[in-house]
Amino acid sequence: MSHTSTLKHAEAAAQFINDEPRTNWHDETLWFVRQKRDKAAHGLPEWEQLREWASQIKNHTLSNLDNYLLEFERNAKANGVTVHWAMDGADHNRIIYDIIQKNNIQKIVKSKSMLTEECGLNEFLHTKGIETVDTDLGERIVQFRNEPPSHIVLPAIHLKKQDVSDTFHEHLNTEKGNNDPQYLTEAARQHLREKFIESELAITGVNFAVAETGGFVVCTNEGNADMGAHAAKIHIACMGFEKMIPKAEHLSVFLRLLARSATGQPITTYSSHFHKPREGQEMHIVIVDNGRSRQLGRADFRNSLKCIRCAACFNTCPVYRRSGGHSYHTAVAGPIGSILNPNIDMRANADLPFASTLCGSCSNVCPVKIDIHDQLWKWRQVLVAEGYVDTTKKVGLKGMAFLLARPRLYRFAGKMGRGVMRLFPWLVNNKLNPWYKQREMPAPPKQSFRDWYLQNKK
Amino acid sequence: MHADEHSHIKNEQMKVGLFIPCYIDQFYPNVGIATLQLLEKLGCHVSFPLNQTCCGQPMANSGFASLSKSCDKNFVSNFRGFDYIVGPSGSCVLHLKEHLHDEQHPGEAEHIRKHVYELTEFLVDVLKVEKLNASFPYKVGLHNSCHGQRGLHLSSMSERNLPAFSKPQQLLNMVQGLELKMPSRPDECCGFGGTFCVFEEAVSVKMGKDRIADHASNEVQYITGGDTSCLMHLEGILKRNGSKVKTIHIAEILNSNA
Ligand code: SF4
Repeated sequence: MSHTSTLKHAEAAAQFINDEPRTNWHDETLWFVRQKRDKAAHGLPEWEQLREWASQIKNHTLSNLDNYLLEFERNAKANGVTVHWAMDGADHNRIIYDIIQKNNIQKIVKSKSMLTEECGLNEFLHTKGIETVDTDLGERIVQFRNEPPSHIVLPAIHLKKQDVSDTFHEHLNTEKGNNDPQYLTEAARQHLREKFIESELAITGVNFAVAETGGFVVCTNEGNADMGAHAAKIHIACMGFEKMIPKAEHLSVFLRLLARSATGQPITTYSSHFHKPREGQEMHIVIVDNGRSRQLGRADFRNSLKCIRCAACFNTCPVYRRSGGHSYHTAVAGPIGSILNPNIDMRANADLPFASTLCGSCSNVCPVKIDIHDQLWKWRQVLVAEGYVDTTKKVGLKGMAFLLARPRLYRFAGKMGRGVMRLFPWLVNNKLNPWYKQREMPAPPKQSFRDWYLQNKK
Repeated sequence: MHADEHSHIKNEQMKVGLFIPCYIDQFYPNVGIATLQLLEKLGCHVSFPLNQTCCGQPMANSGFASLSKSCDKNFVSNFRGFDYIVGPSGSCVLHLKEHLHDEQHPGEAEHIRKHVYELTEFLVDVLKVEKLNASFPYKVGLHNSCHGQRGLHLSSMSERNLPAFSKPQQLLNMVQGLELKMPSRPDECCGFGGTFCVFEEAVSVKMGKDRIADHASNEVQYITGGDTSCLMHLEGILKRNGSKVKTIHIAEILNSNA
């Protein structure tokens, strides 16, 4: 099962749904996470207030980002940390590769960082003959399988126990057919422990970077970021430049929101605060742009950079739950991915803003109040204006717009056997019509409402 | 809330423009008839502007908002001069509220944006209906359509930490004999989503099937809601699968004779 990056969302989703029992399981598993989130959120009377604060702090930070980034750099340097700036993914990868080369490093562990996924770090290092070991359990599983993560918080959520058992049997020599989660986790733990001990370099992500202190916070449930960073002689933390918050006290807002939104936990098991390298250790921070300043310049989309990657919008999204993360063919899937990725590559990701019913549930769960579904709608307008929508759709909608602007023509079309074909081009009664594939057409009534009105009311 | 601003207008003095979305006009005239009769029963003076077509939403939600300009113009010329515009579709009403513009008649477009109401919100907020002479002795499941709920705030939303309420439920509770059943996921999307229903056919149908299964586990006889588009989608799936469960617009229930 390899990642097919060429399929558009609708096609990939259709393939996913072909296995209906698995789709049901995927939907129910993530719905369960959503319910845990609800319970945690509804348990805090100040929940909506926290969201508002988080949103305001992030809005403020984004409007003053240049200052905060420089303040952060200054303070981090004063703490003895080396700060690197990367324009794009390639830059980011090169910076890390240079550090690896300079120190002649062989053994690398990496805790979860969606940014390194976005930049394709593993693949890049692989082409240089260097292997990184992902130490987040879910990430390790998908790494063994040569797949990208399908979810930013639960990377292997598309896999069932049986799949994990098969994968571990193949790569860790566990007993075939033993699906016991405890047994499998223990096998992974032993395997990873070895990797931690051997490691020379630990790469981590960053959840929050604090301008005032130059420190940063990494949140995990497995403690794998700490295991890595504490064992290796070099620690590189990679962050998109939007991870910034002004002050340490603001963490009290974000740490309360993050885990509750993500999994319904009050806080992540480990919220580790890094400030300076320990004796004899080197610490680096790579701050990455990779299209973020372009997004910051788009008035309609800039506040997508408020995102704290909690994945609540994934778990609540009825489309995501039924199409799986891989159908979004990007490192960050789900609703937020659908408003971030067109900025990175409009042509390749033009399908994503359409992979939504605009139900709005994403915007409601978002702990930093990103107007996700409104941005999906706005991206659709941009993509059409820029010509990234296929012609059949365009022709159909143009015809429809023409008709609906002309009351007489509209009524005439309607009279032609309730002229579905011209009025609602997608409601044609034939086998090629996607509506008809699994749904009946509405039965055409004898008269339209307007005809009835004229007969009975005028 | 514009209810208070007009609370001095008696129902019979209210000039209500009846907005019947294009697919209701063409496929579900009974929904239009029920809406009209219900509003008249409640004493409103209702007229149906004869040259109306569509709110422009199908184009706009597909990324072609630029194409809906003439549609908007037509809407404004049909619906100017009413105290209220009422339509039995949350999704079309939301679209109008958010996107109706007319460069030549900006004031009139604005008046419409501020005075266009979805049927149940009009009944609850403007007419302040407290009892209905309706009876519908069946087990009914309510489908909260997303645009009505999250867009127009017709009811509280499961994601938010805010007090619970529901305008459609409030009205259904006034109907004699009706046994209301809420699905276990009270506000999950049905998967219609405008052109999503064909461009993302697989996901759309799967979402619809799942909503139906949720309602079916309550052994409902009808699924109702305020959006005919959602109901048309669910009905299409129910019929294809030979189900006995029927769909019915909330206007038809509220107008059903005792
Ligand atoms: S957009 Fe909001 S809900 Fe989605 S991952 Fe980001 S912070 Fe979480």
